[in-house]
Amino acid sequence: MPSEKQEEAAVRVLGRWPSPYVIRVLIALNLKGVEHEMVAEPKGNKSELLLASNPVHKKIPVLIHNGRPISESLVILHTSTSAWASQAPAILPSDPHARAAERFWAQYVDDKFPTAIRVLRGRVVGDKEEAAAEVSAALWQLEGAFVECGGGKGYFGSDGVGYLDIALGSHVGWIRAVERINGVSLLDAAKVPRLAAWADRLCAHPAVVDVLPDVDRFIEFSVQNDGALAKPVDEASK
Amino acid sequence: MDHGGEYAPDEKVELLGTWSSPYVFKVIWALTMKGVEYEYVEEDLRNKSGALLSLNPLHKKVPVLVYRGKPVAESDVIVEFIDEAWKDRGGGGRILPEDPYERAMARSWVIFARDVLSPPIWKWFTAPGEEEQEGAREAAVAQLLVLEEELGRKEFFAGDCVGLVDLSLGALAYVIPIYEEITGTRIVTEERLPCLSAWMGRFLSSPPAKDHLPPLEKLKLSFLGERTL
Repeated sequence: MPSEKQEEAAVRVLGRWPSPYVIRVLIALNLKGVEHEMVAEPKGNKSELLLASNPVHKKIPVLIHNGRPISESLVILHTSTSAWASQAPAILPSDPHARAAERFWAQYVDDKFPTAIRVLRGRVVGDKEEAAAEVSAALWQLEGAFVECGGGKGYFGSDGVGYLDIALGSHVGWIRAVERINGVSLLDAAKVPRLAAWADRLCAHPAVVDVLPDVDRFIEFSVQNDGALAKPVDEASK
Repeated sequence: MDHGGEYAPDEKVELLGTWSSPYVFKVIWALTMKGVEYEYVEEDLRNKSGALLSLNPLHKKVPVLVYRGKPVAESDVIVEFIDEAWKDRGGGGRILPEDPYERAMARSWVIFARDVLSPPIWKWFTAPGEEEQEGAREAAVAQLLVLEEELGRKEFFAGDCVGLVDLSLGALAYVIPIYEEITGTRIVTEERLPCLSAWMGRFLSSPPAKDHLPPLEKLKLSFLGERTL
């Protein structure tokens, strides 16, 4: 139908590929089968489009749907649930308690991972051992949540990849990269067996495989962009 | 699923909270909007109950809402839960708007209130010296002006009735006047922020909030304690 096609083409995502928040949006749109155009936001100077679309925060990602901008990755995830509600899969479960659980843990993910990962990338100065311990502890909690959420299909979502899978999964690229950069094991099959298996499963999922590139690309990006601040583990713990 | 009076045991609603927490009040206002009866349990955060520790083992914080035996924690998560679990209840209507884009906008404003507006307000209140205080005050006013524009001529952020954004900002309606009294400086004046100024009074007398406010004198004393730390 011509009008539907027009609507689909009218979905644009402003962002940059290594951002986990951008990755989230792309996974959600892929899951919903929504055609979209990624508009790469240049590093350094903020584009006119970004400043016009997100004047308050000036941050990526921004989803532009029918000319209307929406910011904040988790808000965008929710929007994907409701704006394309008639298209399967449902990103959030229908039961209010189950929805609350996924939202609770997604909030936890965003509290615990971003700063620690930035430290481990060497993007901000910080105690790397402490950061690694924080990530490990958080993953251990999420291992428990995985059992609670009862994703029978091997995901947090009861029907397959869902809101929490996307929220946490979007960090997997960087988690794996900082494992290699720092010589630590975080998504450790011995410590968090379910999550380790889940991470592999998620990365191979059709909606994810093209937007979560290989760990080497993340490492390369980090070396090129974060390298100036990188410190070895023993020096950082002073 | 409409229960007129007493709930069956498995329908019981319990809220664990503390009298001074704005997050707890946000949940109370949401429950009030939906006309949900609940049992309130006051927690002493210096001596947390076994119930709290087992219901919210990760954060050990209030508020926690228990419904059908299952806990829900984190106030923003709880408010959405209330809106969904009692979706057809309450003359106060839906807490979040129906339209997906409007919902996105409401959620974005909640994040704004939390991440952009609250920090300078806290800084203004706790600033050790006059210069820092003035700097933080101006920073806070700059963000309040953004809200002023968003509110415009509407009764509430959500329109004619209280909605999600009003609930998220609601505590400011009683906290800001107390902070102003304690610091001896003004942050919301009728001259600079006429719409917001009027909204504050309107919120405090709105149906969800009017009978559910913390004891303000007691709150002021506890804030005074916080400030000298």
